[in-house]
Amino acid sequence: MTTTNPTGPLGQPATSVGWTPDFDDAPRRSLLPRPSLSDSVFKSVAVTAGATTVGIMLAVGLFLSFRASSALQVSGFSFLVEQQWSPETQVFGIASILFGTITIALIAMCVAVPLALGTALLISEIAQGQLRKTLITLVDLMAAVPSVVFGLWGVFFLQANVIPVASWISTYFGWIPFFQVTDASGQVLTEASAFTSSAFIAGIVVGLMVVPTQTSVMREAFSQAPNGEREAAFALGSTRWGMIRSVVLPFGRGGIIGGTMLGLGRALGETIAVYMIISPIFTINWQVLKTGSNSVSALIALRYGESSEFGLSALMAAGLVLFLITLMVNFTASSIVARSRSGADSEA
Amino acid sequence: MLIDTLTPGTAPTKTTTVIPSSEGIEIGPRRRVRSVRLDDRFDLIGAGVAGIAVGTLLFGWFTPLSGGVGWTIVSFLSFITFYAVLVGMKADRQEIKDRVVSVLLASAGVILFGALVFVVAYTLVRGQDALPHLNFFIENMELAGPLDPLSAGGILHAVLGTLIQISIALAITIPLGILTALFLNEIGGRFAKFVRTIADAMTALPSIVAGLFVYSAIIVLITHQRSGFAAAMAITVMMLPIVIRASDIVLRLVAGNLREAAYALGATRWRTVWHVVLPTARPGLATAVILGTARGIGETSPVLLTSGVTAVTNLNPFSGPMISLPLQVFDFVKSPEPNMIARGFGTAAVLILLVLALFAVARLIGGRGPGELSHGQQRRVLEASARDVRRITIAADRRQPVAAVPEPDPAPGLPSTPERPAPSKEESSS
Repeated sequence: MTTTNPTGPLGQPATSVGWTPDFDDAPRRSLLPRPSLSDSVFKSVAVTAGATTVGIMLAVGLFLSFRASSALQVSGFSFLVEQQWSPETQVFGIASILFGTITIALIAMCVAVPLALGTALLISEIAQGQLRKTLITLVDLMAAVPSVVFGLWGVFFLQANVIPVASWISTYFGWIPFFQVTDASGQVLTEASAFTSSAFIAGIVVGLMVVPTQTSVMREAFSQAPNGEREAAFALGSTRWGMIRSVVLPFGRGGIIGGTMLGLGRALGETIAVYMIISPIFTINWQVLKTGSNSVSALIALRYGESSEFGLSALMAAGLVLFLITLMVNFTASSIVARSRSGADSEA
Repeated sequence: MLIDTLTPGTAPTKTTTVIPSSEGIEIGPRRRVRSVRLDDRFDLIGAGVAGIAVGTLLFGWFTPLSGGVGWTIVSFLSFITFYAVLVGMKADRQEIKDRVVSVLLASAGVILFGALVFVVAYTLVRGQDALPHLNFFIENMELAGPLDPLSAGGILHAVLGTLIQISIALAITIPLGILTALFLNEIGGRFAKFVRTIADAMTALPSIVAGLFVYSAIIVLITHQRSGFAAAMAITVMMLPIVIRASDIVLRLVAGNLREAAYALGATRWRTVWHVVLPTARPGLATAVILGTARGIGETSPVLLTSGVTAVTNLNPFSGPMISLPLQVFDFVKSPEPNMIARGFGTAAVLILLVLALFAVARLIGGRGPGELSHGQQRRVLEASARDVRRITIAADRRQPVAAVPEPDPAPGLPSTPERPAPSKEESSS
């Protein structure tokens, strides 16, 4: 059979191992495809596009690190522990700013995670048919609402309405150090003006902004819980909550953690809503209900204009730290989500 | 009839399928299998009323509590308690847990969607003061000061600025983003993996850092002045990873057998991409681009750093500050004047309506998965294949007298062509 078919069915060198050709002088036909002109053009254009994208992205990272280095050389390690920010006198650090950023992000998580978890379960387990589709659309829509609109709402509506709640919490839970609101001498403050522009209010607004991101990641993870096991749980006499607890939540654990962290990444980087709400301070403020907080992005928005060359470099360093943190959070999140996801490839 | 067409060779009169007649059989009212019992409904309503009553009592009469938010929280907590007690009168612990959790999940949804609708509606309602004035849309703020009434000044400059900036950003993002996504999916390799990792990493870039990058790389080093183009660059850096990621997912969803079919027919890679992959993924790609646009339009902080605030209309993106809608909102509400704040809300309302419109368009185009067709598209495809069948049949009929070998036609109902097997295969699949 092989002798009558000199090129072989596959034509690979491997098939010709145990086979002696009849006519050696016949030229071997190459079976490698010769790329057509359009193909090679397409390939080179696509590779160029990919390289351009990488180029832009790397330029951002490298430029940031390069410019930040001159400030970091001056400040050294004190950049991470110094609370003041005055690059003009060479005394600057991001301790208080980073603290504020993380406080706001953590408060945002306290607001967002229960809401996102509940909504994701509601959409994937309880809502049916048309209602489910509508809810999914609404979640997507919410993710597209500009942050400045949330900021407006936070400043003009939420601020006034949340102050009684904040003051109530500080009155009855003041024994927990976070919820205390005192002035410099330790005197307990109760007037409304002590509660405005706090990390608490900014955290609520940012929390609402990141809920949609978290909800859609969690919902996707929950909807991948296998139907067989759901039905098995029901067949064993479980209630719906029992089924959710024993099937859906364990299957969606990766989605819950990953979604939470993706939301955290966005909350850390949020600028304009935080900038509109907080009144910036440069000391570590443990009292989250009290006026005054700060965040890296709000600092940049506040100081970029008045900065000298060196001040800009210091801001770059702050931006770089923020970027590294969000990068770490995002990578952890996406690796957790990717590990929990099975059958993501849909080769039909 | 169905059987007749399927087996044309057999005699059509013998085998017939008899559908049993449903005449004379009464169809009763449809039974609802998932309905809520009357008890449950009473539990829910009763607990709700009791919760509201307790909240009102505590806040109105007994204790010096105040504030709408506090009232809501207290009422909600007592509603949950009453509901658990009411359900517990007839059910065991498992069922109580189930019911209470169901109510909690539903209320999480209600709170979330309530908050969304409220944020949007609040902006639209507060924006009503400014929106009815026609000058709001056709004038700029050049001649209007903070104390001027709402009948002077407008946001035309911000609308135009937004349009110019987003157009420049899209002109870069669409080709670059989609080509990169094509590279990731159609060419692949180790470099593609690296590109995908970098693009994923870039979605984590905070918008203010993107703005700072453009500010110090383009404005401080090269142009020495703020411009709409710099803002467009910052928006591009923000939008590009979003578009790449979304398009990547869409292209990955294009069924592999479509690609393989194209390759099997001898198409080159480029023709496969152009005639198979891209048309299949078109709605999804459009959605990806539009959602990226919606995000790009709402970006405030990069524009604040790179393009700056101005009150005049600036149509030249390469020189001078050029304001955009979100930045205009931010600038308006910094002022304590009520008229400026009203303008701010009006601008925010315009921005929201713009984003909503974009979103609606995205839904309209991309509500379907790749390869799924709308009714109109399906009809057109069917018409096209019917045309092909006619064309092929006519060509075959013309050739019929020329054909030397008269073959016995096995199926007179089917317009088959004996000397050209390939088209007859095509038409039987159509």
